[in-house]
Amino acid sequence: MNGIERITQTFENARTQQRAALILYYPAGYPDEQTSLAVLETLAQNGTDVLEVGMPFSDPLADGPTIQHATQTALSQGMNTRRCLETVRLLRRRGVKQPIVLMGYLNPVLAYGMERFVRDCRDAGADGVILPDFPPEESAGFRALCDAEGLAFISLVSPATSIERARQIAETTRGFLYLVSLTGVTGARDALPPDLEAFVDRMRAVAQTPLAVGFGVSTPQQARRVSRIADGVIIGSALIARVESALNPVQDAAGFVSQMLTALGTVELPRSESLPA
Amino acid sequence: METLSYITTQSAEGRFGVFGGQYIPEVLMPAVQELEETYRHSRQDPEFHKIYTHLLKTYVGRPTPLTFAERLTEELGGARIYLKREDLTHTGAHKINNALGQALLAKRMGKRRLVAETGAGQHGVATATVAALLDMECVVYMGSVDIARQQPNVQRMKLLGAEVRAVESGTRTLKDAVNEAIRDWVSNVHTTHYLLGSALGPHPYPTIVRDFQSVIGREARAQILEAEGRLPDACIACVGGGSNAIGLFSAFLDDEDVALIGVEAGGEGILSGRHAARFADPLRGRPGVLHGTYTYLLQDEDGQVLPTHSISAGLDYPAVGPEHAYLRETGRSEYTSVTDEEALQAFQALARTEGILPALESSHALAEAMRRAPTLPRDSILLVNLSGRGDKDLETVLKALNRSNG
Repeated sequence: MNGIERITQTFENARTQQRAALILYYPAGYPDEQTSLAVLETLAQNGTDVLEVGMPFSDPLADGPTIQHATQTALSQGMNTRRCLETVRLLRRRGVKQPIVLMGYLNPVLAYGMERFVRDCRDAGADGVILPDFPPEESAGFRALCDAEGLAFISLVSPATSIERARQIAETTRGFLYLVSLTGVTGARDALPPDLEAFVDRMRAVAQTPLAVGFGVSTPQQARRVSRIADGVIIGSALIARVESALNPVQDAAGFVSQMLTALGTVELPRSESLPA
Repeated sequence: METLSYITTQSAEGRFGVFGGQYIPEVLMPAVQELEETYRHSRQDPEFHKIYTHLLKTYVGRPTPLTFAERLTEELGGARIYLKREDLTHTGAHKINNALGQALLAKRMGKRRLVAETGAGQHGVATATVAALLDMECVVYMGSVDIARQQPNVQRMKLLGAEVRAVESGTRTLKDAVNEAIRDWVSNVHTTHYLLGSALGPHPYPTIVRDFQSVIGREARAQILEAEGRLPDACIACVGGGSNAIGLFSAFLDDEDVALIGVEAGGEGILSGRHAARFADPLRGRPGVLHGTYTYLLQDEDGQVLPTHSISAGLDYPAVGPEHAYLRETGRSEYTSVTDEEALQAFQALARTEGILPALESSHALAEAMRRAPTLPRDSILLVNLSGRGDKDLETVLKALNRSNG
């Protein structure tokens, strides 16, 4: 199976369990390389469906304060594209089987070399790539490279995207379609947008691939709301916030996954909107 | 239409050769498409031109004069130096030409809130000014380093009713102010227009900003013909993002005998690594993507954007406008750099000989003219864009002069 097929298969498995897939973002190199590797491995061991490994960039203009801070810390530790790929390789060596998707910005990939990047992604064992500043209009050549290696280049749509444009974007995406839940940057919010259901319905009508919702999803209650309507739930900032305040990051990462998996299941949740400590 | 130049160097939609493009998050795509559509319509609309040119004349104070720098010319003993006096516009820099045009476009799009980035504060002041004039809400993002070195402009923006938000992320200068302005735009895209101040960013910004600044070149070309009966041998302008330079150059692109010279910030010297010269430093300046456009960019080998340095906050930015990258590649323009020290000397020379305090940004262009003039025949002509006035820089200049004297 190639990366695209492995991601597709993962969404199907989640669906047979009647829940949305849990997709967790965590940046490579935060707060240091060893800890991030241990956190990512723990996320996988505790049942995360897809790992999103963040690749730091000096100017992350789609990110809010939490991910900005985490990726800038990683950068100051010397994290770069080569070492992000090494993180993927080490996760595979430690037995992680779940799909791994790299998420970052275009310029470090350009500097690394697009062909070399796609080839090294495949060799390291990555299954997909998300680059939010590389829209379909600009990325045709890169998408062809990814397709040739079976690497999923995952496109994004936002609530501001027109239906005609969404239809075109849905044709370009591989693995799943990334629904940005709100017009804004990444980061925890008190509430998800009230019209989220309508947005997911609109995208459902034009996309053949699974739909995963990210940006602003932070509590189990929000995750459950998303899981009722979408095929995947993407969480990043809330996980980082949990891990960075923890005495034992690995233990808290494990706890975070099981809370979220519970939320995606059918068991009754506590009424509080905040995570139990 | 006469007031806005036609796209002459753009070879493909949104591109200048291979440079330019729209490398932005999907959330912003509808906004830039709406902007492009509105601009396409407005540039052909006589009503839009009427309002814009009327305000340029009665509010901005255009046309700005072309001044023959007689004493400076005599002292240097070579080429005749002319100054295009953008420092005499309302708010004291060329930035208002573009701020006014874009604010009118924002009104047409029904957006009542403007966000802007600013480095030296000139673009922030221009945006705050047009926001007051046109009754719009205005938020200006400014790096905390720049806030410290450009206090008069910060106070000015506040008096004009704008909210100035300090940016503490990254290098806390212009680059990071752009990041924050874009994040605000992403979050408020339905109500807000991002009033980008230089010929940078995703298409159509580099084109729109160029066109609104092209009034500089059109006036200067007519004025030098009137004064000298011929075109200059060279046009010289400083290049941060490069909007004042592209505005001047745009009128001379087809005049093959007129050299076009852009001047980047050489900071403490190219070899020091502490500069903002994208073209002069082949080790660090390579094509890449920042803030939505593919252009020359100061970056490390991993593609991380490098911190920059310049004594002038307005030139302290790691990327250059994509059309400049294209003009350099085709050989139509050449680019050089001037150090902090040379800019300071030019600042003092113009104050002493002509009674004009130039902005530190414009002092870079002037320094290049002073470097060239003595080597040129007395009947040759250099046209320098004096893009802004230097009052805002007094504190920086005095501090630097005390340091070198002490």
